[in-house]
Amino acid sequence: MLDRTDAEAISRRVRRRILSTIHSAGAGHAGGSLSSVEILVALYFDVLRLDAANPKWPQRDRFILSKGHASSALYSVLVERGLMESDLLRSFGRIDSELQVHPDMHRLEWVEISTGSLGQGLSVGVGTALGARLTGSDFATYVLLGDGECQEGQVWEAAMAAAHYRLDSLVAIVDSNQAQLTGRTSDVMDICPLRDKWAAFGWDVVEADGNDVIAIRQALLVPRGSRGRPSVVIAHTTKGEGVSFMEAGGHTWHGRVPTAHELDLALAELADAGRSKGGEPRECN
Amino acid sequence: MSATDDVVSTREAFGKTLASLAKENARIVALDADLASSTRMSYFRDAVPERFIQVGIAEQNMVGIAAGLAHTGLIPFCGSFATFISRRACDQVALLVGHTRLNVKLVGAYGGLVSGNNGATHQAVEDIAIMRAIPNIVVLEPADDIEMGMAVEAAIEYEGPVYLRCTRDPWPRVSPPGYRFRIGKAACAAEGSDVTFVCSGMMVSQCIEAAERLSCEGVSAEVINCATIKPLDAEMILSSVRKTGAVVTAENASVIGGLGGAVAELLGSELPSPTVRVGLQDEYGECGDNVSLLHKYGMDVEHLVEAAGKAMRLRDQRSGAKHR
Repeated sequence: MLDRTDAEAISRRVRRRILSTIHSAGAGHAGGSLSSVEILVALYFDVLRLDAANPKWPQRDRFILSKGHASSALYSVLVERGLMESDLLRSFGRIDSELQVHPDMHRLEWVEISTGSLGQGLSVGVGTALGARLTGSDFATYVLLGDGECQEGQVWEAAMAAAHYRLDSLVAIVDSNQAQLTGRTSDVMDICPLRDKWAAFGWDVVEADGNDVIAIRQALLVPRGSRGRPSVVIAHTTKGEGVSFMEAGGHTWHGRVPTAHELDLALAELADAGRSKGGEPRECN
Repeated sequence: MSATDDVVSTREAFGKTLASLAKENARIVALDADLASSTRMSYFRDAVPERFIQVGIAEQNMVGIAAGLAHTGLIPFCGSFATFISRRACDQVALLVGHTRLNVKLVGAYGGLVSGNNGATHQAVEDIAIMRAIPNIVVLEPADDIEMGMAVEAAIEYEGPVYLRCTRDPWPRVSPPGYRFRIGKAACAAEGSDVTFVCSGMMVSQCIEAAERLSCEGVSAEVINCATIKPLDAEMILSSVRKTGAVVTAENASVIGGLGGAVAELLGSELPSPTVRVGLQDEYGECGDNVSLLHKYGMDVEHLVEAAGKAMRLRDQRSGAKHR
């Protein structure tokens, strides 16, 4: 298990990689990648059962990045975890690249399933969890969704099915950064109260500060597998987390590429010892 | 036209064959969106209930779950009406099945105009066009119960996405004794030299009847049962059209983007030839019995005979013009 100092240092390095990658490619999604960093660091370092030498190990836990636009965060975490060469990041979004702006399972073996059209990943997770049961496997399935993504009806079709089939090997994580492309999630189409919605659909709900790497890891490590209910971790995060002007910009940084100057400012902030955001739970309004 | 007593619909043949094969192959699973009695997946449900997954009325979720099941090495069959599996779940089919190339089998019962008098909402007329336009999906529409049984087996053996289109009602059997269906191979259902019918599904028996009528008028029509709509058996179609020079396509679907579209695309680039496309002419259907529907929408034997005449006239006018 990573200690807080190491985990926060890794998270800062991941953020630097994300922003450099997006700036260099001229493409990508900074805000929603930055908000999901600690979730992905916790998963890939301390939560997911995986074999670094064999991405297709049959007993591996399945991770589905349903919010596929956070690909730069996934790729950067894979690099930090030693699962991918850092040089590859330079090809992000370029012709012939393994690193598609929305992840492609046929190009990068660590990508479990291609995503990018929002709302679809949880259904796939229901399928892999059912498949584990039918094939006698004991792997868990983790699916990371955006909060805006929860506006898609298919998410709730899948939520219903997961509870109906008592899929306790399935864990959904909502990166609740409260902003989406065109505005605040509460203004675009309010999805609150998220906790009550998931609970009403038959899920066990845990809330945590999604940008506190230790807090989110604790939430993800809550024992599961015998209660006959799927679980969801509502990760309260900040869009653009870690870079002051991106945090302030909220939704405007959903798909904006930082200029060279903005990149310099951001990297300077991220080079600092960093500020720990642990402690204060952020509530769904 | 009526079916002989022992012939069953292609949906019935699909359901029975799948249930029977699933008893011996533990990798086969079936997903249903509350239509099992209509798609005939009910046979599977009764035979292997532990591998039958009811998802409720939620086709998009069904296709996503199927992708996840295929991801774990299983062979999921998703059953619904052809309208819902193609239109309602189109994005899921394109991205989670087509783009991923996962081993998902999509089954559209109630293909086309003749869909149990349910009217326009339940008449799948653009499903073939939708499935054809999505890369990596094999599109099959068997003509009768015998061919459907073999197509289900072939779909299981084939590693990758397949769309299997069924018809609700029984139509006359066209498969000759000893026939072997293979994905990508069309079958010559009647030999001829004056005009070529390229058809699929229940339209094959209609075209055979049209060919019989034409033969009374001294016209020799070839009928190609094109049960694999994608990938198209270009070789067989081109070799027939080189002989006849006149083509009629016939499908229980819109003429835009389906079998007629596929044949026109092939001929346009390889062997430009007069091609009359029989099927729904860019419009929606309505309620009515099968005979009335096929008559009103220009898809009965009478219209097929007329279409053959038109294709041959166009060919003859063109060759006349060339010789002037």
